[in-house]
Amino acid sequence: MAAEAGKQFDPVRQFDIHKMVDIQVGKYDISFTNSSFMMVVAVAAICLFLFLSTTKKSLIPGRFQSLAEISYEFVANMVRSTAGRDGLQFFPFVYAIFMFILFANIFGLIPFFFTTTSHIIVTFALAMMVMVTVLIVGFWKNGFGFLKLFNPSGVPLILKVLLVTPLEIISFISRPLSHSIRLWANMLAGHIMLKLFASFGIAMAVGLSGIFKIGAIAPAIMTIALTPLEILVAFLQAYVFAILTSVYLNDALNPGH
Amino acid sequence: MNSLSIIMAAGDGGAGKVKVFSPLDFSTFPSQLFWLFLSFGILLFLLSKVLLPRLGGILEERSNRIADDLDSAARMQREAEQAGKAYEQSLSDARAKAHNVAETTRASVNAELEAELLMADEQTAKQTAQAEAKIQATREAAMANVDEIAAETAQALTQHLFTKKVTITAVRKAIKALG
Repeated sequence: MAAEAGKQFDPVRQFDIHKMVDIQVGKYDISFTNSSFMMVVAVAAICLFLFLSTTKKSLIPGRFQSLAEISYEFVANMVRSTAGRDGLQFFPFVYAIFMFILFANIFGLIPFFFTTTSHIIVTFALAMMVMVTVLIVGFWKNGFGFLKLFNPSGVPLILKVLLVTPLEIISFISRPLSHSIRLWANMLAGHIMLKLFASFGIAMAVGLSGIFKIGAIAPAIMTIALTPLEILVAFLQAYVFAILTSVYLNDALNPGH
Repeated sequence: MNSLSIIMAAGDGGAGKVKVFSPLDFSTFPSQLFWLFLSFGILLFLLSKVLLPRLGGILEERSNRIADDLDSAARMQREAEQAGKAYEQSLSDARAKAHNVAETTRASVNAELEAELLMADEQTAKQTAQAEAKIQATREAAMANVDEIAAETAQALTQHLFTKKVTITAVRKAIKALG
């Protein structure tokens, strides 16, 4: 009984992956899990939202069309201001990343829903997608001129060789790590915190007797206070991920700067 | 996976059996990667081929429409300004014309008036001259008569004085009557 209760209140169990449909291909296990389910839900929700909100194609937008347009212009402005007009060819990619992370984060905040972005492999895969895109575009557009990224102009030679270029290379290589861990850690920590305070509240309400049950109000208030913060974090992390993607794409398009 | 097991063991409160911290459970990675690439690929495809062009089309149409409307509004304003200018022009023309007409009328009326005045003056001068001539003639005639009368009176007086005797009493009487 105690072990069961402990399991229920364990804040890390929410990240567990359960198989829904067992699929094995060769020696790889690619079962459809709750994580896969939430990815599909996020994708379906994004597509449905964009499709349904644009069916009318009104000149004067309704609420949902307005939301869709805001998301479009928000990301388009972000890409244009960081990566320039050239960067707009990657607009669908940045938009897909922004919306996917945003929907995964927001859906993850609904109680009993799984948070796809709380798994490092997912965020790392997204970051690697960006990295690989940057590398391909960088070398394809600039050839070896892409290496100018590590050779900034206006720096004395000795300083460049000893300090700037090694630092630039290290920072470039660590980009996918920082990019993925930032999102993952934010999601993980936020969800653990929410789960902790919520389960404290329930444990106190159930476990304490008589007048002491009032004590459960404190963690309940904390949970309520944390929820909007987490919604903000969910949005902010999607934004940060998307804007860093455009910044990296800008490096690929204009390595000299 | 030793360190991961330790993390998990701590998370489990040491109660249940040792289990890997699930975000770092490598056994789930192939499945997660497969489904991520599949769903994200579908999302990217649908967005770039269908949904974003659709949304972008709506936005473009709107901005075109707004630009068109602004253009036609500017054209209409230009036309209105031209019409205003033309109106202003015709108004000032009409004003100038009216001014001209008034001026010429006044000039001709003045000239006529002047001529009539001149004529009246001439006539008056002529009549005055005639009247003066008449008065002169009358006066001369009168003057001639006065000489005659004076001569006759003087003759009668002297005749009377030197032919009649005057008594003292008559003189006294006369003086008294004067006194």
